[in-house]
Amino acid sequence: MSATHRGSAPALARSVGRLVLDPTRCTGHGMCAELFPEKIALDDWGYPMIDPNGVPYHLEKHAERAVKGCPVMALRFERARTDA
Amino acid sequence: MRHRLLAGLPADAPLSLAAHREIHGETPTVGRHDADVLIRDVAAAGLKGRGGAGFPAATKMALVAGSRRPIVVVNGTEGEPMSAKDRVLLEMTPHLVLDGAEIAAQAVGARECLLVAPTDTLPGLHKAVRERRHLPRSRVRVKLAPAASGFVAGEETAVLAHLERRPPRPRPVPPRPAERGYRGRPTLVNNVETLAHLALIARHGSAWFKGVGTPERHGTTLVTISGAIHAPGVYEVPCGVEVPRLLSIAGGAMDSVRALLVGGYSGAWVDGTGAGLTFDDASLQSAHAMPGAGVVVALGASDCPVAETARLAGWLSQESADQCGPCVHGLESLAQLLQRTETGRRHRGDRERLARWTWMVTGRGACQHPTGAARMIASASRVFAAEFEDHARHGRCEACAWSRVLVTPGLRQSRVA
Repeated sequence: MSATHRGSAPALARSVGRLVLDPTRCTGHGMCAELFPEKIALDDWGYPMIDPNGVPYHLEKHAERAVKGCPVMALRFERARTDA
Repeated sequence: MRHRLLAGLPADAPLSLAAHREIHGETPTVGRHDADVLIRDVAAAGLKGRGGAGFPAATKMALVAGSRRPIVVVNGTEGEPMSAKDRVLLEMTPHLVLDGAEIAAQAVGARECLLVAPTDTLPGLHKAVRERRHLPRSRVRVKLAPAASGFVAGEETAVLAHLERRPPRPRPVPPRPAERGYRGRPTLVNNVETLAHLALIARHGSAWFKGVGTPERHGTTLVTISGAIHAPGVYEVPCGVEVPRLLSIAGGAMDSVRALLVGGYSGAWVDGTGAGLTFDDASLQSAHAMPGAGVVVALGASDCPVAETARLAGWLSQESADQCGPCVHGLESLAQLLQRTETGRRHRGDRERLARWTWMVTGRGACQHPTGAARMIASASRVFAAEFEDHARHGRCEACAWSRVLVTPGLRQSRVA
């Protein structure tokens, strides 16, 4: 699972956006995985691995909480473009 | 095959401007109206970056061309210890590099070029720049800067950080240097060899460039061949040359060849002499390897692949820029695992851990460092499976203590068991 990997086209079409991590800011607090376990898991050293398949509509609030909950602002949410 | 970049070499001394002109002809000037034509010709030539990433040169140029206050950075850092091709170009045929730098600058509308090179090459480069002073140049100023040392220091964003007087650490992309690079300006960063090829494409055209090579990777490429061969050095070969032929080009193998490290320290081990493989992306990909920056190291029967891999993994871990958790911790975990394996103190589950951790660090850094290290380690575990098992069971072999094929500058002694 790559921090910058783009999901497959059909999966992204169903998602409202994706979480992007800045690995140079991340210090492995793990708050994001706590707040959004559906899409974020921690690796063997406590650093987040983000599901590359984008965030579906019904989980958007959790994505926003994870972004706000990061103490070092390492996470951001990139909204998918709504135009076709 | 006729030499292109290395035409006129080897020579006792660097090629003077006069000698350079005699061999390659006059330097073309790219006027504002010719810039588009040149970029399109470079696209037709299919020139791919020779710094390791292999990004299409014309695409980068097109991104920077026409932007506000662009600048060109010539990357001669060559952080890869087993590579010497950039050094050879900078030391022996500097005018070809300077030609390419000026042509690239003219093509993208830049007035300035920063040439980053190892400190000891700078006096010779200053001399070459002075030789050109009287030429009717097209307002492109070339400034020289000493390169930082370290494995990741040659990564393009690390070079920019260093030029901005910050530690030479990669930064996350986007934005890419072509968009926001040196001090926020659109920056064309090119490897020294890429620009040398550009200097010749500007003279002879794309059809000429494609005269050698493969449909997917055109032209010639410089390779640095070292290890258990008789004539280690930098050679110019056509893209797509048979990999075993590289060994005969370099004077033949000294020993029976156990394996080749292809693509440098971020590349992959391939079995034996690479029989059946050709030096291009498609063929090497089938062996999980890539051309990279053209580094090939031959491991002989009297070298120990386990000791070499373990030592290299330790060095790669040490060379981390210390920015990203998975790189810092993952590479250290893998280095320790390999050291355990080498010394016969392997833990239960280590084989699974190696596979897991090489997967886990891949793609998780701001730069390709952890990905490359993982690639190298994973390939070693495949190609040297028998030797790994042997060491795990019986500890170090006779060759372990002496095996020093791979150069690991500044490796901290605490890592050597």
